[in-house]
Amino acid sequence: MLQDKDRIFTNIYGHFDQSLAGAMARGQWDGTKAIIDKGRDWIINEMKASGLRGRGGAGFPTGLKWSFMPKQSDGRPSYLVVNADESEPGTCKDRDILRHDPHTLVEGCLLAGFAMGAVAAYIYVRGEFIREREALQRAIDEAYEAKLIGKGNKNGYDFDVYVHHGAGAYICGEETALLESLEGKKGQPRLKPPFPANVGLYGCPTTVNNVESIAVAPTILRRGAAWFSSIGRPNNVGTKLFMLVGHVNTPCTVEEAMGITFRELVEKHGGGVRGGWDNLLAVIPGGASCPVIKGPDILDAPMDFDGMRELKSSFGTAAVIIMDKSTDIVKAIARLSYFFKHESCGQCTPCREGTGWMWRVMERLVRGEAQKREIDMLLDVTKQIEGHTICALGDAAAWPIQGLIRNFRPEIERRIDEFTRNAHRAEPVLVAAE
Amino acid sequence: MSVRRLADASVQPASFAFNKANAASAKKWIAKYPKGREQSAIIPLLMLAQEQEGWVTKAAIESICEMLGMPYIRGLEVATFYTQYQLKPVGTRAHIQVCGTTPCMLRGSEELMDVCRSKIHHDQFHTNEAGTLSWEEVECLGACVNAPMVMIFKDTYEDLTPERLAEIIDDFEAGKGHSVPVGPQNGRHFSAPVSGFTALADEKAILKATRDKATKAAARTTKEPPAIAAEPAKVAVVPPSNAAKPKTNAIETSPAVKTPSKVKAAPAAEKAVSVKAPKATAAAKPVPAPATTPAAPKKAPAKKEAASAKPSLDDKNRPKGISKPAAVDDLKLISGVGPKIEATLHELGIFTYAQVASWKKAEREWVDGYLSFHGRIEREDWVKQAKALAKGGIQEYIRVFGKKPV
Repeated sequence: MLQDKDRIFTNIYGHFDQSLAGAMARGQWDGTKAIIDKGRDWIINEMKASGLRGRGGAGFPTGLKWSFMPKQSDGRPSYLVVNADESEPGTCKDRDILRHDPHTLVEGCLLAGFAMGAVAAYIYVRGEFIREREALQRAIDEAYEAKLIGKGNKNGYDFDVYVHHGAGAYICGEETALLESLEGKKGQPRLKPPFPANVGLYGCPTTVNNVESIAVAPTILRRGAAWFSSIGRPNNVGTKLFMLVGHVNTPCTVEEAMGITFRELVEKHGGGVRGGWDNLLAVIPGGASCPVIKGPDILDAPMDFDGMRELKSSFGTAAVIIMDKSTDIVKAIARLSYFFKHESCGQCTPCREGTGWMWRVMERLVRGEAQKREIDMLLDVTKQIEGHTICALGDAAAWPIQGLIRNFRPEIERRIDEFTRNAHRAEPVLVAAE
Repeated sequence: MSVRRLADASVQPASFAFNKANAASAKKWIAKYPKGREQSAIIPLLMLAQEQEGWVTKAAIESICEMLGMPYIRGLEVATFYTQYQLKPVGTRAHIQVCGTTPCMLRGSEELMDVCRSKIHHDQFHTNEAGTLSWEEVECLGACVNAPMVMIFKDTYEDLTPERLAEIIDDFEAGKGHSVPVGPQNGRHFSAPVSGFTALADEKAILKATRDKATKAAARTTKEPPAIAAEPAKVAVVPPSNAAKPKTNAIETSPAVKTPSKVKAAPAAEKAVSVKAPKATAAAKPVPAPATTPAAPKKAPAKKEAASAKPSLDDKNRPKGISKPAAVDDLKLISGVGPKIEATLHELGIFTYAQVASWKKAEREWVDGYLSFHGRIEREDWVKQAKALAKGGIQEYIRVFGKKPV
């Protein structure tokens, strides 16, 4: 188990001093200037050596992403955009960083911005995080006041940090949709290429990073890449904020070492599965868009990118949604289908039409009001949507259903059988008037 | 996607203007963006208008578009695209947003919606008779570890039970909304486990002062700084996730296949569909076993070399060969040696059991590498086999191993 001294987010529950002074007592903003003095290339190489993979879900190496930014400006300014549009169902780690430990993020913005030669950072906070946005703004104001950021600051690199916010659109978590939204348009993803590192915000080179990826950077640079990469397994190193959601006794957010087994994670922090381990039905390991895994399969699996990929799912944002045997698993996935139908931006036809179509079929499968061949038809449609859209929302909508059919097909068929058996008894149901 | 339209013209007010405080903060928002990019401020400005009016009116959209110098249609697009904007009047005292996505559903958000249905209105977006309350089901509000939860205006009310929500609704209805404590309603501390902290219980462990002290103490006890230097070695001993798994494309090794097919296959047909194992590459080789002795790291690379390239015949570790003696032992009796390997061994000048029995570790490794045998010599213990065969032939072999040599 990770010890407190190795935790990066030292105030994730907000029960210690949240002011700048408190954050500095816990070691933030310590030697920031010395790090900046080591230069851009040193920072990027150190980030590459640390093996940090992006914490937003896709797991792209952060140091590599930073290195894509142009070294020499062609007259256009560069921007760092921080993606705090945390909307993946199950995920609420950035919320705790923003409201309780915002100084990690502000310092990370400065260091990341320096490493990529950016003039300013825009932090795009989702619209519903109103109090979180206020806490972040307070931290930024404190940092300006202490001359840690801004023009002519102590750290020797002029850099501005701005907070922007959205207004309730899941799709704005996609990086190009986020840029569109930041430019004051509908959040509809752009075609890539050109990639944001060439043509991003306002047509300028831009890097979009998740809050957690940026917020861990200062500690990595301070304590060294070797320290960070010594935690976890090769290719899946470091610490990560895990969220235990659903049917555990004590749901919580907690920072743990990557590669901790599912069992240990739930026992230590979640207080065990509701009703005991035998009562575990299924787990969605990384937020709504990851395929569901059967309970017994995940028990001793290491929780990291490769560990979840071996189980044909995905690590995503480490939002572990745990479902016990009281769960109506088909309904749970159907609700996710409704979510994706609701959040499709409407730009690409396969996704706009397909998500609605899949949801309607899923609703019938919940009741069992379907033919068995429709299961295969549904699977086929998910394959038609996956990979045929501009952004990954189409894939994200398809995967939960694919996971359901892969793991719980007997349950779907049982419902169809049951419905068929009782079909002749279908009568209008009398509802008591209230 | 969700289809959203502006409210009916009969409820739309004729004009809109920001009040003084909001006009000042609107200016602040616009100043955040580069010149010529004022359009960026539309989302925050519409949100300010909603805070002021309670919902987004057509007049507000149009006046904000004029402020930012954008066509009306662009503003209308934004207002109808983002679901947080209320396009119709909502309850004046509370608009309750119930999160209904799966994580909240698992913890009972459906009961919360039943409470709203019975206390406010059967349908969402409809105000109650007095016009003070309304509710809607929203998609994930990002407080999933505190499920189920609702959001009212700017604050969230988490870890709810239907009874608690009913109380909260009553409080808002009575105009005492500000007195309801925000955040978790079951006494837990934000997102920490309800049973108490499992991490970060004590601030001392994470204070910079404590860490500095520990570093100093470590520096005093040992002059050399091994703390960080030792770390990379630690990484190497953890086996990668695919360690010890054979690399093959063969169908029968797929984890998806639960039982072998019951259909009898003709040998010819089977051969046609069978797949050759991919060539072993250096990357696919199993990682050397965890180092236990300090000398091991030196040896590991040597072993890797042996695995990737055939060892040279001039290597000093090559076991000494002899010219063919009159009585040649049947090396095939050693389990693991077939006619082909026997021929190769003969080429190397190995003809007798005694020779094999006398191989040292380095020599065994050399032969292993030469035959590309991946450690089979060790596994099958050729030396022990050869010793037994040299001592007493087949009889001794049976005595030692309990079976006939093959």
